[in-house]
Amino acid sequence: MGKTIVEKILGRASGKENVSAGEIVNAKISFLMTNDAVGELTVKAFEELGTEVWDRERVAVILDHFVPATTENAARVHSLLRAFAKKNGTHLLDQEGVCHQVMIEKFVVPGDVVIGTDSHTCTYGGIGAFATGIGSTDGAAAMATGELWFKVPETINIELSGTLKEHVYPKDVILKIIGDLGADGATYKALQFSGKSAKTITNAGRFTMCNMAIEAGAKVGIFEPDEITQKFLKERGKEDGGEFFESDLDAEYCDFIPINLQEIEPKIACPWSVDNVKPVAEVEGIEINQAFAGSCTNGRLEDLEVVAKILKGKKVNPDIRFLIAPASRKVYQQALKAGFINVFLEAGVTVCNPSCSACFGGQGTLWKDEVCIGSHNRNFRARMGHKDSKVYLASPETVAVSAITGKITDPRRLKK
Amino acid sequence: MAVIHGKVWKFGDNIDTDIIIPARYLILPIEEAKEKAMEPIRPSFSKEFEKSGIIIAGRNFGCGSSREQAPAVLRALGVSAIVAKTFARIFFRNTINLGIPAIECKEACDKIEEGEEIEIEPETGKIKLLKQAITLQGSKLPPFLLEIIKDGGLIPHLKKRLIIGV
Repeated sequence: MGKTIVEKILGRASGKENVSAGEIVNAKISFLMTNDAVGELTVKAFEELGTEVWDRERVAVILDHFVPATTENAARVHSLLRAFAKKNGTHLLDQEGVCHQVMIEKFVVPGDVVIGTDSHTCTYGGIGAFATGIGSTDGAAAMATGELWFKVPETINIELSGTLKEHVYPKDVILKIIGDLGADGATYKALQFSGKSAKTITNAGRFTMCNMAIEAGAKVGIFEPDEITQKFLKERGKEDGGEFFESDLDAEYCDFIPINLQEIEPKIACPWSVDNVKPVAEVEGIEINQAFAGSCTNGRLEDLEVVAKILKGKKVNPDIRFLIAPASRKVYQQALKAGFINVFLEAGVTVCNPSCSACFGGQGTLWKDEVCIGSHNRNFRARMGHKDSKVYLASPETVAVSAITGKITDPRRLKK
Repeated sequence: MAVIHGKVWKFGDNIDTDIIIPARYLILPIEEAKEKAMEPIRPSFSKEFEKSGIIIAGRNFGCGSSREQAPAVLRALGVSAIVAKTFARIFFRNTINLGIPAIECKEACDKIEEGEEIEIEPETGKIKLLKQAITLQGSKLPPFLLEIIKDGGLIPHLKKRLIIGV
């Protein structure tokens, strides 16, 4: 019986020739990431062990959630993490962008086993790495040993066919998949995006889709790396990096889901759960107070380009505020060079520093009964602010179009 | 391992980590953050909760973020065990790593009432409903996870192993 990409990566990392779903393996870690949302717990647990970092070159501490500090507690945590990184000689990425964007820009290569103390670590599956979120204590243990135990997950094979229609994006595809699977439909499992049409999805689109695998409970989301991945690596000067694994033709899957991209319409996740997915057309007209484009889900250059195209020569609705946070300093610079930032400013957007920003209410916090539409990944109750505020999740284009009209709007409507 | 005895505090399906501890409180020290536990749906929870109480919940408890502050604030309030129909993966691992038994039981949420007194045997997964005089069978944790719980969590467990050298 053949092997899935996930079985192959975990097999190599655990030094075994043959591992299969269900088996528990002790895998060597390629890279460990922690950030300022949970770093204090990680560092404290690690220091309790009274040992050294297993490999300082393979550990990154990233300050991205509460940056720049606006409270004393944030300043306290940042100070503690900076001191930790300095003392232990680990990488420190201080206000460089959302941890996951920084990780894929700087460190991760295909075939890696990467863990991060943040659930959206699964983003890196976009280039064929096995990457998953863990807690602080597991992070501390791995920081000391360079290893972690994993139950090798079963894989759901999502076979993509057809071509996306205009105004439909990878975000709409993953929202549809989460809506179909439910918030726990892939718990403990891997989501593998395969099929001919997987090869037509850009790196940014792949990151978006893998990023949200966790919203169906999945351990990882993963694409088989290919020429598109190669291009991404080349842009980063890492063309020789990593190992390209792919699933065997006779690999065993626990489920098979065919998705015809042609049939997908613009989608939106409604409050207060990411699996509460509807066609945008069904909820059109709901008035919004805020729009947000950014995050590790949809804050990349390609996403900002979509938004800039919509906003060019137009104004954000005067009754709402539109926040845009480029996913990293690099993305910010590229957007600046491409003229997107100027388009945003002319349109009346508040351009935020590269960070997690409004995604978790770090900026753009909502008050009672306020409504936000965002390109990010979670619309849980009270995440962005008041318990009686509401958040809708959609593609960057749907967000941008809605920011102009001031209400949730189907992006196909604007060009008519 | 001792039998856990406590009063039940009940929650529904898909209780996510932003309910257990909203993201903006992650920056607070745990002793302050614990006051905010479950705030979005039950603001008085941290005040009402009685130490050594047991949480009973529905499907997918702890879904969402990997934040270990979620089980950490529950531990700080004195939660002695969590029983759910199912757990989200990362939350389950974090809970065990902090030394709290996390037991899956399909019937518990439907059969057990808020405020009821129950007893849990972590080794066997048996859940005794004292007043109703019935016993439910929950999931049995594998021995290596029970060892972590017995030692009070992964860090004390690893420290013990480092010292003893096993």
